[in-house]
Order: sequence, then C-alpha cells, then structure tokens
Amino acid sequence: MFDTLVRPYLAIFAARFLTLLQYRAAAFAGIVTQFWFGAIMVMALSAFYADGRGSPSISLAEAITYIWLGQAFLGLLPWNVDPEIALMMRTGNVAYERLRPVDTYFYWFARALAWRAAVTLLRSIPILIVTSAVFAFVGLGAWSLRPPSSSESLALFVLSMTAVVHLSAAMTTLLNISVVWTISGQGINVITNSLVLILSGMVIPLPLFPEWAQPVLFVQPLAGLVDIPYRIYFANLSGREALGGIALQICWTMVFIVLGHLLMAHTMRRIQIQGG
Amino acid sequence: MGAVRLYGRYAAASIKAQMQYPASFVLLSLGQFLSTVVEFIGVWALFSRFQSLGNWTLAQVALFYGTVNIAFALADMISRGFDVFGPQFVRTGDFDRLLLRPRATALQLLGYELRLTRLGRFLQGVLVLAIAVGLLDLSWGAREVALLLSAIAGGVALFVGLVVLQATLAFWTVESLEVANTLTYGGVTAAQYPIEIYSKWLREFFTFVVPLSCVAYFPIVGILGIDDPLGASRWFLWVSPLFGFVFLGISLMTWRVGERHYTSTGN
Amino acid sequence: MPQVAVQDLSKTYRVAERRRGLMGAARGLLSRTHRHIEALKGVSFSLDRGELVGMIGPNGAGKSTLIKILCGILEPSSGHCEIDGCVPWNERIRHVARIGVVFGQRTQLWWDLPVIDSFELLRDIYRVPEMRFRPAAEALISLLRIEPLLHQPVRQLSLGQRMRCDIAAAMLHSPSILFLDEPTIGLDANSKLALRDFIKSLNRDKGVTVILATHDMQDIEALAERVLIMGHGRILRDGPIAAMRAETSGERRLVVDFSKDIGEIALEGATILSRTGRRIEFAFDPRVTAAHTLISRLTADHGIEDLSIGEPTIEELIATFYTSHGAVEA
Repeated sequence: MFDTLVRPYLAIFAARFLTLLQYRAAAFAGIVTQFWFGAIMVMALSAFYADGRGSPSISLAEAITYIWLGQAFLGLLPWNVDPEIALMMRTGNVAYERLRPVDTYFYWFARALAWRAAVTLLRSIPILIVTSAVFAFVGLGAWSLRPPSSSESLALFVLSMTAVVHLSAAMTTLLNISVVWTISGQGINVITNSLVLILSGMVIPLPLFPEWAQPVLFVQPLAGLVDIPYRIYFANLSGREALGGIALQICWTMVFIVLGHLLMAHTMRRIQIQGG
Repeated sequence: MGAVRLYGRYAAASIKAQMQYPASFVLLSLGQFLSTVVEFIGVWALFSRFQSLGNWTLAQVALFYGTVNIAFALADMISRGFDVFGPQFVRTGDFDRLLLRPRATALQLLGYELRLTRLGRFLQGVLVLAIAVGLLDLSWGAREVALLLSAIAGGVALFVGLVVLQATLAFWTVESLEVANTLTYGGVTAAQYPIEIYSKWLREFFTFVVPLSCVAYFPIVGILGIDDPLGASRWFLWVSPLFGFVFLGISLMTWRVGERHYTSTGN
Repeated sequence: MPQVAVQDLSKTYRVAERRRGLMGAARGLLSRTHRHIEALKGVSFSLDRGELVGMIGPNGAGKSTLIKILCGILEPSSGHCEIDGCVPWNERIRHVARIGVVFGQRTQLWWDLPVIDSFELLRDIYRVPEMRFRPAAEALISLLRIEPLLHQPVRQLSLGQRMRCDIAAAMLHSPSILFLDEPTIGLDANSKLALRDFIKSLNRDKGVTVILATHDMQDIEALAERVLIMGHGRILRDGPIAAMRAETSGERRLVVDFSKDIGEIALEGATILSRTGRRIEFAFDPRVTAAHTLISRLTADHGIEDLSIGEPTIEELIATFYTSHGAVEA
C-alpha cells in the first residue's frame, strides 16, 4: 500500500528538495533584496498610517507583521514554471514522464511541493529571525515582525500554512502543465504573476483595499496564499472565522487539483500526438 | 561613424532580431505592463483608504511615480548588455571580442540589446504621469517641461550608472552580483514615493551616495512649485538632475579601471 | 623593417588558489594564496609584411597568450612588441582597427541576424567608408563563396559555412594582418581543404600577413612555409618547414606486416616505433643501414605479408621535436 501510494512521490519529493537546498548563494542575494523591499514597504506604510486617518481594519503593527511574513514566505507563491519542466518541454523529454509507473499529475504535484518547500525553507528562516528578534534587539521594534497573538493563533497558523503549501503546489502544477500550450514556450505565469501579487496581498495587505472590495477579495483563491494565514497569525481571523478561512483554502486546493488532473490527461494526449 | 549613429545601427539590428519572435515579445511586454500597473493599483488603494500620505496627495505622488518609472524603463531598455555582462561576456571570454573592435567597450555593451519588452513599464509610467498631470492644477510652461525632461534624463543616467557599477564587479568576481538589483529595482520602488517620508539616514543615502532624490524628488518638487519640506533652495531643485550624470560619469570611470584590470591579468 | 617585431615577451599569471569545502571558502575570503603560472618566457621573433607563419604547440604552450598579446587585448608582464608602428596593448583602438581575428568555433557574427546585416554592422563599427566597403565585401563574398548564405541568420549555418563568413567578416575592413586561432577545428575534410585554399589566396594574392595558430598539422603542411614551434612558454624552433624536414630527412620508416605473431624482436640497424598486432613500424637511417639490408635480415627469420617504406610525417617530426625538448606535458 505504502509502496504504490506514497513511495514514488516521496522519493521525487526528497530528491528535488535536497537538490534545491544547495542553491545557497542565490538565496542569499535574494534575501538581501527582500529585506530592502520589505523595509521600503514598511516605511511607506508607516507614513500612511502616521496621520491617523482612514480607520484601517488592521493596525500598523499588524500590517508590518503581514509584510514581513509575506517576504519570509515569498517562495511559496506560484511564481514561475519549474525550470526542470520547462527544459523537459523544450527538449521533448517530457514524453518520458509517461513511462514512469505513477500518476503523472501527482508526480508533478509532489515535485512542485518539494520545490516550493525547499525554496521557502532557505529564505524564510533568516528573514523570520532577523525581522523579529534582531530588529527588536537593535531598537527597530516598531518595524519588527510581532509574535503571534496566542498559542491558538499559532496552531491555526501552522495548519493554514500547510494548506498554503498544497494550494501553491496545485497552482504551480497547473502553470507547469500550461507550458505545453503556450506558443512561445514560456508559461502563462508572465501574466499570472501580476494577478498573484495583487490578489494574494503581496502588493498591499488585502484588508487595506477599499471596503467594498473586501468580500470578493476574501473568497478568491489567491487570498489563501497570503492573506488568510497571516490574518490568522495575528488573530484578525480567529476561532470559527479562522477555520472558515482554512476551509476555503482546502476547497480551492481541491478545485485546482481536479482542474490540473483533467488538464494533465488532455495535455499528455496532445504531446503524444505531437510526438513529444 | 560617430557613437550616436553607431548606436542607432545597433538599436535597429536589435529590434530586427527581437521582431523574429513576436509572440514572445507581446507576452513579455504585456506581463511587464500588468506587473507595473498592479503596483500602482496598490498605491491608489492606499490613497483611497488613507486620503493622503503625510502632506502629499495621490496626484502629487503619481507625478513622482510616473517620472521614476519612465526613467527606469528607458534605462532598463538600453542596459541589458551590462546586466548580463558577467555570465555572458566575462565567464565565456566573449569580452575579448569586444576588445578586438576599435570602439569603446561600454558603447558596444549599450548596443548589445535594446530590450523592447520594457515598453510595458514605460507605458505604465506614461499613463500614471498623464493621470498626475490631469489631476494636478499646474501651469506647464517651458521651464516645467524642461525640468521634467531633465529629471527623466538624469534618472536614466543614474539607473544606467547603477547597472554599469554592477557589471564592473564582474571583472573581479565573474558573477554579476544580483544583490545590486536591490539598488536598481529597490531604488525605483523607493523613489516612487517622495523621499521626504523616509527617515533621515535613507534620505541622506539617496542624496549623497546614490543620488536618486536628485533625479526624482527635488526636480518634481520644483515642478510642483511648492516649498521643499526638506528645505532645499530653489536653484538646487533646478540643477539637481545633473547629479545623475555625475554618477554615471563616476560609474564609467570605474568601468575603465575594471577593463584595465581585465587586460592586465588576463582573467 | 619588419611588420611585427616581438622582443623578449613574458607573461606570468597570478592565479588565486581555490580552497576546498566550506571552511576553505571562508578562509579564502580572508587571505588568498596565489600560484604563479609562467605562460610566456622571453619570446622573440619578427615577421615581414605578407608572411604566412604557422604557430604550433600543445595546450599550455603559450599560443593563446601570445596571440592575445599580439592582438592587444592582454598586457605582457615584460618585453617589447611593435606591430605596424604601434604597441598593441597601449593603443588598443588604433591597433585593432588594423587587424582581423578569427577564433575557431566562436563566431563574431550576430546570431539572429542575416549574415549581410552583420557585415554592415561591422562596416559601421570599423568606420569603413561605403566606397571601400562595397568592393572589399564583394571580393570576399565571391572568394569565399558565401553569396547564397548572405540572407540567412547565422544560427542556421553549418560550422563550415559560419567559418567562411567569419573569415570574410574579419577581412571587411581590409586589415593587413589576419590572426587565425584554430580555424579548421571541427570542420569536415572538404571544408578544411576549401578553407585552406581561401587562406592561401588571401595571403598570396592580397598580401595579407597571416598568423595561424593550430593543432592541425595538415593546416601547417598545406599553408605555412615558416613555422614557430612553441612549448612551455618558449619558442622552441623558428624556421622554414623545409629546413626541419631536411634535418631529419635522414630518417625513414619501414612498416612490416608479419604473417605470424612475433614475440620479442630486435632488428639490427633499426628501432621499433610501434607495434599493433602483427604490424610493426621501424625507424632507420638509410645512410647507415640500407633498406634492402634490413629487409633481408627480416625475411631471413620471419614470414612477411606486406611492407612499405616512407618518410616521417609532420606529426612525427614535431612529436620527436617535443619529446627531445621535454615539452609534451605542459
């Protein structure tokens, strides 16, 4: 049972994960950039909040926490196509994927999961440590990442983040499959990146958008990548609302998995017709 | 054939090469446009909620935002050669070929590619600028237009200077240090807002080290015709874009030092 | 007055030692130890206008270093060099405007553009007046037979076609010196022959001075009358190939195919060069031992299926040269 259902996917997960952990140098450069961008956003937001107008639904401290969490977990966003897969598409080796005695969709899903998790692990830990403990230590407490509201929020946060990883993997896999269909060989991520950025809450925290937009912003799938888990973290969403948020994440994950699975079957047929 | 005309030839050749892949061009330009538009939507949303940023209105911030994005887009369009300098020229040894041509290597690198897809950001900048001009009730005389153009020109010089500095590092480390992207992309993000809102150390960094404020903040304040909250004098507001060119000059001098290092050590 | 005058050129590279592992990299950030590689040790020679000289040497002999210095893109550690009245590395722009350089395998043409577009761009870069460019380009195009290729993007050309276009490109500004670094590498036999013809006619008919660095002995044999043999950063031999041949022409080869497997064999008056299966190659000096004497000695004791007599090839000439100078391992 373990052998058929889990083992092959676990194997590819582990392999990919370990490979990616080796990209340390790139991670460092990326982290410095992220600190910079985060700092600018924090400064700008502080200036906006300073006048006391606008009655925002989250405080400045919460908004700052939101921003730093966003930078720390940036790797989880369904940002770009897995370069390994793009290469496979170009060289035509993608046909070999069908030779493996596994469900191709879930094989790719496991791959995406590993990729997102590894990239995030490298970057998140330094950013989390520096923006919380170090900042407070050197007197930048006003700009620091605040601790979670309670142990309950922390527990729910961890649950929600687990959902994020799966949601992101499902979206990423969909993007990877789409590479077959685009003419230029790049994924549609060139277009979707902008949508992901703004609708997840990475450009500005979703609660800061106009009130009339809030209901729509909450239920759309991308909110589950950033907005929902971070609001759970500082208890903006708590108790039943938090569970509701997590349920939304899980629902959207299912939707993307089903869509991806269907598209995969269709796509593989197309590749066979084209001759890989 | 002089440098300017030669650059024109390089540009024409580059455009011709890119036009062979029209689908890719459209996709990437559109993507660029969307990702920059999305940033401005964020700014707009914040103003919608907070009404003002300190003493600055949306229209005023849009003026800063548009100008900086236009300058960066233009600089980004022409500086690809320096962007890929480390991996594409130093590591492969292809820089030797540039040295074998009877022209300044910096000019050849400028001519390497005219990245048309950056028009996405350029277009967004123009739109935001148009919105700003429309919302603001300013008198646009020859002086204001000249100041705006010189701010943009100075901005282009500054951003190109930053990329040249980043590329110069490759003479020593072979890799293009991506950390330098924090200054270019980070600089754009920072200068989109009037630097008056930032703390003192950042303002001073952006004035005396990387003179971003001289090509964005000060000239725009001059155009807006208001008294500078930071207390800079009138004449300085008009002259400040020159510092962008000074910065570029310094970058090019370090470039030549790097080139000398390359030819004497033989990489 | 020679066109190229090189005196005592030396070049020592300082290479930072790479430390191994993570600790090594960390320590490497703080202190660097260096190795010194002497790539050139006092090289001297001179060339007259219109000469065609071949430069051979194993990897590490210093060929590329010497070429880079002559081209002006590398500074020597010491020594003097003057080409057409200017010091290459001191007056880069003036110098490179008068030379053409072709690197084998690396094209200088723009990948996505038709060949003719590359040519026109080079015309602008080298500031060649249109009046001079037209006839020069046409002559090169017809000489190298690249007319049908002109409107194809470079990426679609085969290696041989690209090479011809690269040679044309290098000559568009009518330089008086052409440097070629491994121009025939990777080409098929026909393309090699054709390329050698082109280079020969450029030299013979247009008087272009040619410096050809190569591993390919047949290039040398077909083109160069004068050869510079390099090894260990020095010029081991500088002179006409004919003279080199004459010196060693005492030697002959005897290749014998025996009809049975032979164990140990010693042939008086000859040395064994190689053996493969039943074939043995001997070297002998006909002035000391006549060929027929050797043959009768052999046939007295062994059955022979076939034999042939010949001269040493250029490869062998040069190989013996190197082994005698201990220059094979660099």
